[in-house]
Amino acid sequence: MTEATQTDGARVNRLRAGLKRRYAREQRFRAYGLLAIAVAVGFLLLLLGRIVEQGHTAFYSHAMTAPVYMDPPRIDRAYPQGTNFEQLVAEQQLRRLGIVDDAQGTKASAMRGLFSSELKFIAAERIARQPGLVGQTVTLSAPLSDDADLYLKGEISKDTPAEQRRLSDEQIAWIDRMDAGGQIAARFNTGLFTRGDSTEPELAGVLGAVIGSALMLLVTALIAIPLGVGAAVYLEEFAPRNRLTDLIEVNINNLAAVPSIIYGLLGLALFINWMHLPRASPLVGGLVLALMALPTIIIATRSSLKAVPPSIREAALAMGASKTQTVFQHTLPLAMPGVMTGAIISMAHALGETAPLLLIGMVSFVPGLPHSLVEPTGALPSLVYIWENASERAFHERTAAAILVLLAFMIVMNAAAIVLRRRFERRW
Amino acid sequence: MTWLFLPILIAAAVAAFLGGRALARRRSSGLRAHSRPGQHGALALIWTAAPALAVLLAAAVFAPGLEQQLMASGAPEAVQELEPFRRQAFYADAGAVGAGRPAAQIWPAPYAELLPAEGRRAARIDLMLSLGGWVAALLAAALGALYVFSRIRPDLRARNRVEGWIVGALFACSAVAVLTTIGIVASLVFDSTRFFASVPITEFLFGTQWSPQTAIRADQVGSTGAFGALPLFAGTFLIMLIAMTVAAPVGLFSAIYLSEYAGPAFRATVKPVLEILAGVPTVVYGFFAALTVGPAMRGFFNGVGALLAGGPLDPVGQYLMLVQNQMALVAGGVMGIMLIPFVSSLSDDIINAVPQSLRDGSYAMGATKSETVSRVLLPAALPGVAGAMLLAMSRAIGETMIVTMAAGLAARLTLNPLDTVTTVTVQIVTLLTGDQEFDSPKTLAAFGLGLTLFVVTLLLNIIAQRIVITYRQQYD
Repeated sequence: MTEATQTDGARVNRLRAGLKRRYAREQRFRAYGLLAIAVAVGFLLLLLGRIVEQGHTAFYSHAMTAPVYMDPPRIDRAYPQGTNFEQLVAEQQLRRLGIVDDAQGTKASAMRGLFSSELKFIAAERIARQPGLVGQTVTLSAPLSDDADLYLKGEISKDTPAEQRRLSDEQIAWIDRMDAGGQIAARFNTGLFTRGDSTEPELAGVLGAVIGSALMLLVTALIAIPLGVGAAVYLEEFAPRNRLTDLIEVNINNLAAVPSIIYGLLGLALFINWMHLPRASPLVGGLVLALMALPTIIIATRSSLKAVPPSIREAALAMGASKTQTVFQHTLPLAMPGVMTGAIISMAHALGETAPLLLIGMVSFVPGLPHSLVEPTGALPSLVYIWENASERAFHERTAAAILVLLAFMIVMNAAAIVLRRRFERRW
Repeated sequence: MTWLFLPILIAAAVAAFLGGRALARRRSSGLRAHSRPGQHGALALIWTAAPALAVLLAAAVFAPGLEQQLMASGAPEAVQELEPFRRQAFYADAGAVGAGRPAAQIWPAPYAELLPAEGRRAARIDLMLSLGGWVAALLAAALGALYVFSRIRPDLRARNRVEGWIVGALFACSAVAVLTTIGIVASLVFDSTRFFASVPITEFLFGTQWSPQTAIRADQVGSTGAFGALPLFAGTFLIMLIAMTVAAPVGLFSAIYLSEYAGPAFRATVKPVLEILAGVPTVVYGFFAALTVGPAMRGFFNGVGALLAGGPLDPVGQYLMLVQNQMALVAGGVMGIMLIPFVSSLSDDIINAVPQSLRDGSYAMGATKSETVSRVLLPAALPGVAGAMLLAMSRAIGETMIVTMAAGLAARLTLNPLDTVTTVTVQIVTLLTGDQEFDSPKTLAAFGLGLTLFVVTLLLNIIAQRIVITYRQQYD
């Protein structure tokens, strides 16, 4: 009896100790799970935070406003574009700062390096519009060069040794003096949204790439959505159960998992080398993305067709509707919210796809805005890649800004899909 | 200008619909017709539009070739003497000038004078061909309409025929998926065989030297280049391994937490966050890896190296101080982050598919949640989880942008995560984004790599899908 209680007590103690250990393990396990989620969420925040941090400065830029005396002997009224306005402005700025140039004009050329080449076009355009301004003093406002802009944004520091930065001590001193004189102001960088790509970072914008991406998505949507919905309707509603159907199904599942770069190779071989469609055009890009988006759209459409209860089909058939009428007048309309949600999500995915675009030639610099489906164009994701590879540091902030624009478009599309799903989805 | 024909064709199709419907009404007035008048109209529309579309499609396919031939047959001698590549460019510019656009390049003396005349000729040929195409299309539409109007009768099974056309069109849609696969396989195999004709397949698969850059010009020393892809496979494998080391535990544990521990509110907040992580384009991850993670890691290792240098671990320190931005660890680690939501959502589905009765049984025996997960759920879900991991591996192998932006170009046979390695996808992009003629072994090598990549990912996917499907059926 006493022996039994003793062993019982020992057992209880052992069990208690074991229980403690087990609960501790339980807590640890739970903590691992939370930690894993924290890691994932933390990385997302870090990723977005870093991009906003790097990109927000691209949304404003610095411009210089200065009175410029339009020196008559140096300006050809008939052809103002030929005038070296940058030199003219640089000399006058030097004089204003009370600096005497040397014989080689090195100071003027250093000063010229602070202005964007856009200055020339702004001045020439003013003169072309009003030739009477020659001989008068005109107030001109033009963007600063990318390096001067970076210095004012604090990206280039005075503390770095002079040989390691792209601005000399002298230039920095001038910028500071012009800034103190109220000649320099920061303003919203509208050019980022209204211009195409450019080799000069301060003149480069995303609009060309946005239009290119939009044209491409248009082609993708026009091809992939009808084909995808048609294929899904066939497989889900009409296809007989046979080996051909099985083959198509296995095929579609595997196509959805083929790496995107393989689609790029297909596009290169099929559309460019074989069909001779123009390289880097939105047409080819759209076709490649359409082939890529097709399996996803088919899978999404099939699952929303599956969600429509059979009773709907049976009721329609019982009323004498044909198979086709049942599908197009009852099943498909009821599945439509799900179909559209899937289509929008796959379009958003296609918008961010980069690798296939690189292979069909969208890696080269395309200035200006696209105006047709068959000319070389840029696209937002390939612009990100091109800018990331650019050597000028000012392109880094613009890359991050282009990413923010890309993410904004994707968020809008995904939000539209979510709203669509919330408003129209039916639970049977 | 020829686009004026499109409204005509559309009008003809609409007219065929209205006419067919009216005709069907008239011919079957007072009778019990098999189909509704509208269905007769639809059949008339199909028979009018389909032949015209077929002709237009054929014209679109064959016209460019025909145009080239016509241009070549009547070209002046000076143009015919140009080398083929320049001749193509000249025709392209002639076409541009003919269409009123500026020429792409400035042509020297004899060609500059010829350009306007050739441009007019190009415009004429273009007009002729497109006019011909449209006229043929309208003719085909008329013939089709004639045929169908003669057939409209009360006993014509118009509805069945229209539905037959519709089902045929739907089948054609799903055939596109198969055609895509055929296209992928055909293009990869075709160009790969040309590549393997110059580089033996055994050398490609097992060679340890990869330097295609030397194969740019035929007359160069060592112009054959070296196409031993083993270092690329090793690099791809290393980066995939690093990515899976990050993604597998984090993804699996977050899936376990979400499905077994988290309350509905927590799930509802975390799941969308993971979906955002999954929706971020890979080029963004590449940017993050190249400009944030790479420099940070390099700074960290260089700092550690500086601490160790001079001490007992001097060689390690010296090595760490020379670590580059483009180490395998950076690309692999960021790729792992990219794969977390993928692994997590697949594992979540799979763990949820384990029947509740297994959990209940385990709890009834006094097991804690973690014991239930690790001793009951995971063993039961093991095949499914393994399938999910294989799918994630296939993703990691095929992922391009992160490695293109953050991994290096040096083909090195190493398993050291701090070394720069290159991958199959990086090399495909590098080989195909330069400016060289298409038929060099260098560009064809990209197709050889593409074929290898396709076969490996396809095998992984097929195995994974098999496993997942068998696993699902086990609990259905």
